[in-house]
Amino acid sequence: MPGPPAAAPADQPVDAPVDRARGWDTWGEAWADDEGHDVDWDDGPRGRGFWRSAALGVGELLVTAGMVLLLFVVYEVYVTDFLTGQKQDELSTELREQWANEPAPERGSITQVEIGDAFGVLRIPRLGEDYTRVVLEGTEEKQLAQGPGHYVDSAMPGEEGNVALAGHRVGKGSPFLELDAMQAGDPIVVETRDSWFVYRVLGDDDPSGIPGMQIVSPTTVSVVSPTPNAAATAAPTGAYLTLTTCHPRYSARQRLIIHARLDGGAISKAEFPDGPDALFER
Amino acid sequence: MYSWIWRHLPGGTPSKTLLSLVLVAAVAALLLFVVFPWVEPRLPFNDVTVD
Repeated sequence: MPGPPAAAPADQPVDAPVDRARGWDTWGEAWADDEGHDVDWDDGPRGRGFWRSAALGVGELLVTAGMVLLLFVVYEVYVTDFLTGQKQDELSTELREQWANEPAPERGSITQVEIGDAFGVLRIPRLGEDYTRVVLEGTEEKQLAQGPGHYVDSAMPGEEGNVALAGHRVGKGSPFLELDAMQAGDPIVVETRDSWFVYRVLGDDDPSGIPGMQIVSPTTVSVVSPTPNAAATAAPTGAYLTLTTCHPRYSARQRLIIHARLDGGAISKAEFPDGPDALFER
Repeated sequence: MYSWIWRHLPGGTPSKTLLSLVLVAAVAALLLFVVFPWVEPRLPFNDVTVD
């Protein structure tokens, strides 16, 4: 077997097509010359060149698969944030326009929100002074990719029963990424067309026995019952709000649940255009 | 595969380099904006609801 080509004469350009193809053929097709002359096939399809090409091809495929998987992680963690951010901006603009321009629906008819429609804005000061997320009706992936989703058939803000919202933990704007930082008494504010509703995370010593935070299995549907952790058919015992997201981060093995109770009643937006005092507690 | 692509890109090294980068960007864009959004809802680790 010929060894590496002798050092090129000093006056020859380094990457001139010296006899690489013939000279150093242990490198296989990587050293094919610039004319597209594939050295491997010189050995015949069943020769050493075939196996060399096959190994090279498999190796390249594996490296490529690795790169694609890495890119998928980048997509999940960063790109979806970007896409959801854009969607949230659009939804926010639309919702504000809708609130400003369309006549107020008759009282009580807010319960008729179409699936996929934005109907309120969620603010959680613990997660950031400017933490604002437009909430959509429905908890299908289509809605959750745009923002927190409201469980269909759960109560609407301010109503007796349980306002249940689901949101992504990582990616898709990560609305509920830091939900494990919530503490008893933290305000969770929901803005609707005309009102602010302030919910407060329950304390562990709450007389209702409902925990402020719990980690449950994905099938524990009772957390979104009208009275959290009671039967789905039981009558509500108050106005609650429940947030659900996946747990631990980057996994969907369990669900992280936050329960809160309405603190006071509806606060008129006409009176408090900048929001209730609870928003500025921190 | 990659060496085959490299050999079939026209021009000298600068042109081949530029074209390779364009190809990589095109494939990445295709993955990020078409393939991944399609694949993602079919994967099991995005559930955040109880049901």
